[in-house]
Amino acid sequence: MCKPDAGLRRYIPEGRNGMKQAMVRVGVDIGGTFTDVALAHAGGLATCKVLTNYSEPETAILEGIAIAAAQAAVPMSDIGQVIHGTTLVTNALIQRRGAKVAFITTQGFRDVIEMRSENRFEQYDLNLTLPVPMVPRQDRLTLNERMDHAGHVLQPLDPAEVDAMVATILAGDYDAVAIGLMHSYANNTHELQMADALRAAAPDLSISVSSVISPQMRELPRFNTVIANAYVQPQVARYLGRLIDRLCDVGVTGPVFMMHSGGGLISVETAVDQPVRLLESGPAGGAIYAADFARAQGIDQALSFDMGGTTAKICLIEGGRPKTANTFEVARTYRFKKGSGMTVSTPVVEMVEIGAGGGSIASIDSLGRIQVGPQSAGSEPGPACYGQGGTAPTVTDANLLLGRLDPDNFAGGTIPLVLAAATDAVATALASPLKATTDEAAFGVTEMVDENMANAARVHTVENGRDIERFTMIAFGGGAPLHACRLGEKLGIKDIVIPPGAGVGSAIGFLKAPFSYEATKGLFQRLSDFDATAINAALLALRAEATAFVAAGADAAPTSTRLTAYMRYSGQGWEIPVPLEFATFTDTDAAMILAAFEENYRTLFGRTIDGLGVEITNWSLVVASDVPPPAPVTRRTGGTLIAADRTRQFFDAGLRNMVEASEVTRAAMTTGRMIDGPAVIVEDETTTIVTSAYRAIGQDDGSLLLTRKEGAA
Amino acid sequence: MTVSTIDYQIMWNRLIAVVEEQATTLIRTAFSTSVREAGDLSAGLFDARGRMIAQAVTGTPGHVNAMAESVSHFMREIGPDNIFAEDVYITNDPWMGTGHLHDITVVSPSFRAGKLIGFFACTAHVVDIGGRGFGPDASEVFEEGLLIPIMKLATRGEVSKDLIGMVRANVREPVQVVGDMYSLAACNAAGDRRLHTMMTEFSIADLAGLSDFIIDTSRAATHAAIAGVPDGSYANQMTVDGYDAPVLMAVTLDVAGDRIKADFAGTSGMSPFGVNVPEVYTRAYACYGLKCAIAPEVPNNTGSLEPFEITAPDGCILAARRPAPVSVRHVLGHLIPDVVFGALHQAMPETVPAEGSSALWNVQISGRPCDPDSGLPSAEVLTFNSGGTGARPNFDGLSATAFPSGVSTMSVEATEHVGPVTIWRKELRAGSGGAGATRGGFGQIIEIEPRAGYDFYFNAMFDRVDHPARGRDGGGDGEAGRVELADGTKLRSKGRQLVKSGQRLRLSLPGGGGYGDPAKRAPALVAADLAAGLINPQDAKSDYGYGADDD
Repeated sequence: MCKPDAGLRRYIPEGRNGMKQAMVRVGVDIGGTFTDVALAHAGGLATCKVLTNYSEPETAILEGIAIAAAQAAVPMSDIGQVIHGTTLVTNALIQRRGAKVAFITTQGFRDVIEMRSENRFEQYDLNLTLPVPMVPRQDRLTLNERMDHAGHVLQPLDPAEVDAMVATILAGDYDAVAIGLMHSYANNTHELQMADALRAAAPDLSISVSSVISPQMRELPRFNTVIANAYVQPQVARYLGRLIDRLCDVGVTGPVFMMHSGGGLISVETAVDQPVRLLESGPAGGAIYAADFARAQGIDQALSFDMGGTTAKICLIEGGRPKTANTFEVARTYRFKKGSGMTVSTPVVEMVEIGAGGGSIASIDSLGRIQVGPQSAGSEPGPACYGQGGTAPTVTDANLLLGRLDPDNFAGGTIPLVLAAATDAVATALASPLKATTDEAAFGVTEMVDENMANAARVHTVENGRDIERFTMIAFGGGAPLHACRLGEKLGIKDIVIPPGAGVGSAIGFLKAPFSYEATKGLFQRLSDFDATAINAALLALRAEATAFVAAGADAAPTSTRLTAYMRYSGQGWEIPVPLEFATFTDTDAAMILAAFEENYRTLFGRTIDGLGVEITNWSLVVASDVPPPAPVTRRTGGTLIAADRTRQFFDAGLRNMVEASEVTRAAMTTGRMIDGPAVIVEDETTTIVTSAYRAIGQDDGSLLLTRKEGAA
Repeated sequence: MTVSTIDYQIMWNRLIAVVEEQATTLIRTAFSTSVREAGDLSAGLFDARGRMIAQAVTGTPGHVNAMAESVSHFMREIGPDNIFAEDVYITNDPWMGTGHLHDITVVSPSFRAGKLIGFFACTAHVVDIGGRGFGPDASEVFEEGLLIPIMKLATRGEVSKDLIGMVRANVREPVQVVGDMYSLAACNAAGDRRLHTMMTEFSIADLAGLSDFIIDTSRAATHAAIAGVPDGSYANQMTVDGYDAPVLMAVTLDVAGDRIKADFAGTSGMSPFGVNVPEVYTRAYACYGLKCAIAPEVPNNTGSLEPFEITAPDGCILAARRPAPVSVRHVLGHLIPDVVFGALHQAMPETVPAEGSSALWNVQISGRPCDPDSGLPSAEVLTFNSGGTGARPNFDGLSATAFPSGVSTMSVEATEHVGPVTIWRKELRAGSGGAGATRGGFGQIIEIEPRAGYDFYFNAMFDRVDHPARGRDGGGDGEAGRVELADGTKLRSKGRQLVKSGQRLRLSLPGGGGYGDPAKRAPALVAADLAAGLINPQDAKSDYGYGADDD
């Protein structure tokens, strides 16, 4: 008998409490193109990439695990734990492949998700179209009920109406129901009344309740979130069921845990109940991976930079922890443009994603300017130089022309690059209309994409009240090491870390993640009317909720609690996160909370404002199992210069010139080995370009430190 | 092409990021509801000659064009010999800034190595400016609040205590308004720091070459786009509600080669109430409409704005003279693109939309306790709401979506925390979109009641109640707006009115006009609207012949 929950509580992850040191653990990340596997065993780490199987994602997982297990010479039955992250949920939302959902809401508000913010995300496009709501209007049903902002009942819910709604739902052939009523974060009695009635009548129906999934003020994101949850739930439940069955079939009986978008692990059961928490779980793994290096190397402020084929993602990591947020926008429909997607409120590692990757297509706009992305050539047909029929010039084509990629040694030589095809594409689409040489046009492409990424990183740090020059960049993903130095030059960043194994960073990150759960609650209070009793009651409930979810995976492992109040001056519309010590508050703590708010406000905006009231809108509480600190790595800032295997030329954007660069293999850059830019460090998964302004030094943990030469601009 | 052209392209790209950062700083620190919730602000960089070279894309694409003209006024009024490093200038003069007293414009000169290289400017709508408050009822601008002529907010970094004291004494929310003045200055400073970083990186000493590149490129692209518009003279008229008497808006477009002129001769004279529009604001919205249709890809700057020559006869309602009241100039301002589109349609068929709801339905509510001795606090609530946009040649109009304004609405839950109101309903208004081959966007219905123990006053500033959005090329008109109590009692569409405890205000926002013959609408689309409950079977039959006797 092999049931998913049978093993749930049996295992404790490696190193969590020392009981199960030798457990074999596997991280699996399903991405758009590849499914990545990282298997940690007593002998080290085995990794592999296999093509994602869209119709049966679990098949690729099994294939990858089998390959990795064979590499490590570990029998499948020794695998004690599978940790999984996937873009399945995001893809279901983007491609609109989800359940038939009924949405039950308050009378007068059935169109909230269709009316959105009533704005246009692109001001000059007369033919703009808006995203189609996930639930069509005829399936948005209403109850005559109403809570006020304080959770008092303005309009009671008539039980007869509940019964009538149950009948409507049963007659409607729905796969799932989402319930989202006005002000339910303040009082969810009516939501639960409706949900209970439905559960009683249809025990197998998938039901999502907004006050459970996302109990935060603001109806649009809360409704979006509960609908997204319902929309993907049947599919996720089926998929995870199949995955566990198939794993059992091949002898993997250890529990499966899921990576959530907030950067921690939850049980499969929680994931099935709240699949909306799985959005962005893959990228969250990448951030955890980078954070682990930041912790080991004692980097207090790090900027993770992950560049793949289609997009680049940027995340701030402070104190070894990726920055999180409680809302984000999913499924953008219009050139990655802010506002063109669907805002959901669920805890998430905060990432800025822009349409800049190796496959991003370059073009000339009506003003004769080079534009790069967000359209991507993807992997089919891919960049022109792949020789698979692509004719549009991409960032990868430009990198090839500029000597940053070796046509004979790309992806370990498995994909021969066709220089002539890249030259043709750049010449036809760019150089000719620009009346420039192909090299100049190629430089324009890489410089523009670097500029776009640098601008996004800079704006993100500014928005967080931080100074980007103080950050260390951690660059991974196939494209990032090619562009990291140029970004560093543009951003004034001195140190860049290129971790090892970057091709499967997210999957490795999964293995480093704690069990965690973030519980949130909308509870509006002005500090002038601070009511400690109400807050304490709410926080205790939040902690009990979060602890229960964490215990489902981490058992009795030690945990930590992090508390955040979202606060603002009365009259403002933006709340800022204010971290507070979890404690039992007394009424006199208002002064302490005010001081914490002012300190955070000053950090973000440079000043505080006298004479205004301060209010709290939402609370967030995270319980996370304690992850032991990684073995500290002392940074080596110097070393022994090594000789080049050969020299080759690449275009150094900072110098505006071709330079003669030393080429070495990544394998040669062992601890304490150093090479001065201009240099190229090659490995199968990526190429690191060390510009003239930087030098590279091998570190004890296998990473490369690229550090600015003294005196280099 | 040389590498330096690519450098200019890169720097142009960077400047856009610089002004976006400038705007973001303002959005995140502002108190004004309309700035932080709705994006009612603008931010831009100007060269030493006062020409705008980069502008943030914000919620008010038309209104920001007005700021483009303002810096030259500042340069003239302050005087070239009086401009020093760390100075900050300010005004809210409707005729020098962006059209009403609530918009404060702040300009900061930028110096590099002791030389003036340009200016940062930004504008924000503040919560209060004294006077009667935000509404159309004044009969002169003097009643509408405090007017700050162009002056120095700071001289060489020293803030004018006199000015701050004067503002503080004249507005209802002094902390917030003065706070926003500082935010405006700080956002310019943030942009300035970033500009200098870029100039160091690219080793340039001034902006002259870059500015010429941006403006010349943009001007050339705009002229090329205009040259694609057939030559000729195209006129259009549109009548809208006005305050107490209908307003005729008239425009004539003259297109010759790569030049286009829009003249509003024939437009009604000024109103005795605050719906008048200073010409700067008329130019901004007319230009926005033309640009959307003709050259939407060209970034906003002096080079892309100059080729549109826009005039209105002095003293008409679209070129109001001092001291006309202008507080709610946005109502007619937002309707300007519609009248321009009607003319442009004759030159460029199958391009522009039908008329839409267009003017925002901003609801300014003042909650007052029924019993003044109850101890309940008064509170102000401002919400932004939009009707339907006009149908496009190939797409339906957008329902409950702002156009030409780009602002956002506020969360009902958040609004109910701000003030003593219950919003019982905010949903699409079925049947309000004009019929057509493509259908007009639907308006919305909003019902608002004072919370127990309160009455409220609201300032009505709504249009298209008597004059609905007209369809185009055979498309039907959108439904007109309605302002009433929930029991059906009609209210006025302009001016301050009382809603007593227990009553509900019901606003039915207009729909957009339809486009083309409704009989040509795809039956599947009619069926979809019917299934969604957005049209009823009678209208499906009468408008579209849908569901008529089969066979």
